[in-house]
Amino acid sequence: MTTLNINGRDVTVDVPSDMPILWVLRDVVGLTGTKFGCGMALCGACTVHLDGQPIRSCVTPVAAVAGKKITTIEAIGETPAGKKVQRAWLDLEVVQCGYCQSGQIMSASALLARNAHPSDADIDAAMTGNICRCGTYPRIRAAIKHAAGGA
Amino acid sequence: MTEQTVSRRDFVVVLTSAGSGLLLGCRMGERSGAAAAAAAAAPSGFAPNAFIRIGTDGRITLIMNQVEMGQGVYTSMPMLLAEELEVGLDQVQLEHAPPNDRLYANPLVGFQMTGASSSVRMMYTPLRTAGATARTMLVAAAAQTWDVAPASCRAQNGVVTHLASGRTLAYGALVEKAAKLPPPEEVTLKGPKDFKLIGTPAKRLDTPDKVNGKATFGIDVRLPGMKIATVAASPVLGGKVAGLDDTKAKTIKGVRQIVRLDDAVAVVADHMWAAKQGLAALAIRWDDGPNAKVSIADVVQGLADAASQRPGVVARKQGNVAGAIGLTAKQIDAVYQVPFLAHATMEPMNCTVHVRKDGCEVWTCSQVLSRAQATAAHVTGLPLEKVVVHNHLLGGGFGRRLEIDYVTQAVRIAQQVDGPVKVVWTREEDIQHDVYRPYYYDRLTAWLDAGGKPAAWTHRIVGPSILARWAPPAFKDGMDGDAVDAAAQFKYAIPAIQVEYVRHEEPVLNTGFWRGVGPTHNVFVIESFIDELAAVAKTDPVEYRRAILGRAWRARAVLDLAAKQAGWGRPLPAGHGRGVSLLYSGWDTYVAEVAEVEVSTTGEVRVHRVVCAVDCGTVVNPDIVKAQIEGGVVFGISGALWGEITLKHGRVEQSNFHNYRVLRMNEAPAIEVHLIRNGEAPGGIGEPGTAVTAPALANAIFAATGKRIRKLPLASALKA
Repeated sequence: MTTLNINGRDVTVDVPSDMPILWVLRDVVGLTGTKFGCGMALCGACTVHLDGQPIRSCVTPVAAVAGKKITTIEAIGETPAGKKVQRAWLDLEVVQCGYCQSGQIMSASALLARNAHPSDADIDAAMTGNICRCGTYPRIRAAIKHAAGGA
Repeated sequence: MTEQTVSRRDFVVVLTSAGSGLLLGCRMGERSGAAAAAAAAAPSGFAPNAFIRIGTDGRITLIMNQVEMGQGVYTSMPMLLAEELEVGLDQVQLEHAPPNDRLYANPLVGFQMTGASSSVRMMYTPLRTAGATARTMLVAAAAQTWDVAPASCRAQNGVVTHLASGRTLAYGALVEKAAKLPPPEEVTLKGPKDFKLIGTPAKRLDTPDKVNGKATFGIDVRLPGMKIATVAASPVLGGKVAGLDDTKAKTIKGVRQIVRLDDAVAVVADHMWAAKQGLAALAIRWDDGPNAKVSIADVVQGLADAASQRPGVVARKQGNVAGAIGLTAKQIDAVYQVPFLAHATMEPMNCTVHVRKDGCEVWTCSQVLSRAQATAAHVTGLPLEKVVVHNHLLGGGFGRRLEIDYVTQAVRIAQQVDGPVKVVWTREEDIQHDVYRPYYYDRLTAWLDAGGKPAAWTHRIVGPSILARWAPPAFKDGMDGDAVDAAAQFKYAIPAIQVEYVRHEEPVLNTGFWRGVGPTHNVFVIESFIDELAAVAKTDPVEYRRAILGRAWRARAVLDLAAKQAGWGRPLPAGHGRGVSLLYSGWDTYVAEVAEVEVSTTGEVRVHRVVCAVDCGTVVNPDIVKAQIEGGVVFGISGALWGEITLKHGRVEQSNFHNYRVLRMNEAPAIEVHLIRNGEAPGGIGEPGTAVTAPALANAIFAATGKRIRKLPLASALKA
């Protein structure tokens, strides 16, 4: 049995220690907002925060998160940066199919939480690991700036 | 365009009152072509394929076939209805239609289907007519209640007001009475000057749940007692499982069952991690079958042989090529090739199935819901009505979910599992078992007159027929209308044109539709070749196109606008180049694109800026139109620069995003979309942005480097 802190709540799960938290969240805990895209940390769809840092949950085992706080898309709106990012995403109509957007929003929220006014280069560095096949990149860039401007 | 009076009977039928409000059926597709044929064939003479229910609580529900995969139909369709019904967009609720071809067939193909950039084109008039019919009946009901003339009443925001007295009645209070009234024979649709919603950037209705994790895609289905499975199908198409050792897999904690099919093995487990571990621990011996030795070179050789040896079916013939040749000064020949492409939707293929003795339930996301139902019925041997299919949001479609292979496979697996099972493909499985965009091989010849303009043009397209497999009635007399789309319609006024199609199947990979379908291949070929001709004629590529566009004023308008907005002709730094391309096809949409690229000394391509001018006729939601073009361009860049699926020993060589490269944030250009607004009929918008992009990039690379690329992907060709 392992106890994880997910979105401010302690959750005890019976899972192997090498199990990536993506599958703990989706298949065991039932938080399906975090998405599976590649399984190799190549696409960013599975991004969650670990003590506020964006990580790829598809390659992060349970053993690596003991004592740390996991935040997922379901709770990111409760953080100041996450709330701003969600608002900006709506204001600028970023979303199309929406599948990658949980990961995009988690990466963008982490960026804004540590850097209130990111440059284009900062945005590239923070967001390049998140693939969007619908091609919402120009709007994601604009929405991050919009969220920063609304600070 | 001003107000328009339409015959209600052509589009709308009032179905029932039954004490539950007002129910209207409306028929997508104008009364022409397939729609008219379908209507004529229906026993009642009119078969509605979308339904609108107005409840006594005033709630308006639109039940429709079209599924949401990012293209915005969950917003654009309610906009059409709400505009004429005189309700707010937030008053319309959407329901996924259940699978039922009798009720929800898309007349374009005769079955339930979302695709072909068709939704707005087919629903623009029918849904507005339905809204106007319901509004007319509700106003009549209010007028009757008050004993006043209907013309003295006005409907707005779901409420009818008697203007003189100020009395009001909400729609909910009127539906029972309205349902008993005779439907109007004719209704008047608003003129554009009276539109409140159509033409506005109304907010998408599906966005809020997509930013907080609440939106449910097919892969998010959770059921009591559900197991998770992942699968390995034969790595070679046509191969079989020859032997299986699952001893080690069964020892993994959480693994519950190994399911062996003739062509695949699945591991059923408590969660995906155990299933993946189990799959990795299996020792599967494959009999690769007849495709065991196939490589990509064999495929290309087969296509090249067909191109030179087989007769073609004529798709377009105007003027007399043989006669025109004698008068020309110069002949230019070219062979163009485009590779197999995977879709790589962000949501990998998945399907959840529960097979019981007396029924089957399926949870998935599909562009062809009735086909999902039919395959489940076929596999299980159950009658259609015993198969229930629940659709969900699609985490990307791009044509991939026009196929049902993943549903069929999941049902076969579920037949051996006690209880519901969610089958989830790994990304590797998704890339290696796609239904790929076909490899096409094209031969072109143009003959230029003394002024450098094309006097004659021949284009021979060689590839498989997707339609022959996917919609057999649409494949007639050896002609696949999709394979030649755009080549058969382009607007250049060339005196003699002959376009031919040679069907050639290479059954080493399954092939199907990919965003932009026929035009994605043909527009690359045509617009690259036109650019070649411009270079031979030593004429500016925009000027060259303008000069041969004849009376095609809409094409010329988008070309001029794109060139102007892009600053065509302005100097660029060394290593940079601008390229232009122009699209017109069966979607009835005109797009011109100017791309600005930079090619490094090592052959890396960087796309800096893309400018698109778009005339899709009447625009329902300009922001969604722009988003579709932006997204289409990004999809097109990925495919054009890097997209390529290759085969070795019958196996797909790519497996995940590290070797099937797609565009990322740091590589994404600035994209500008300029709309030309006019009153022409709405054209398709989901796919043109993709189809117009590859040639703009290829032509920009030519401008930057002098290197003409006739074989995609561009990046490989530059480094070759």
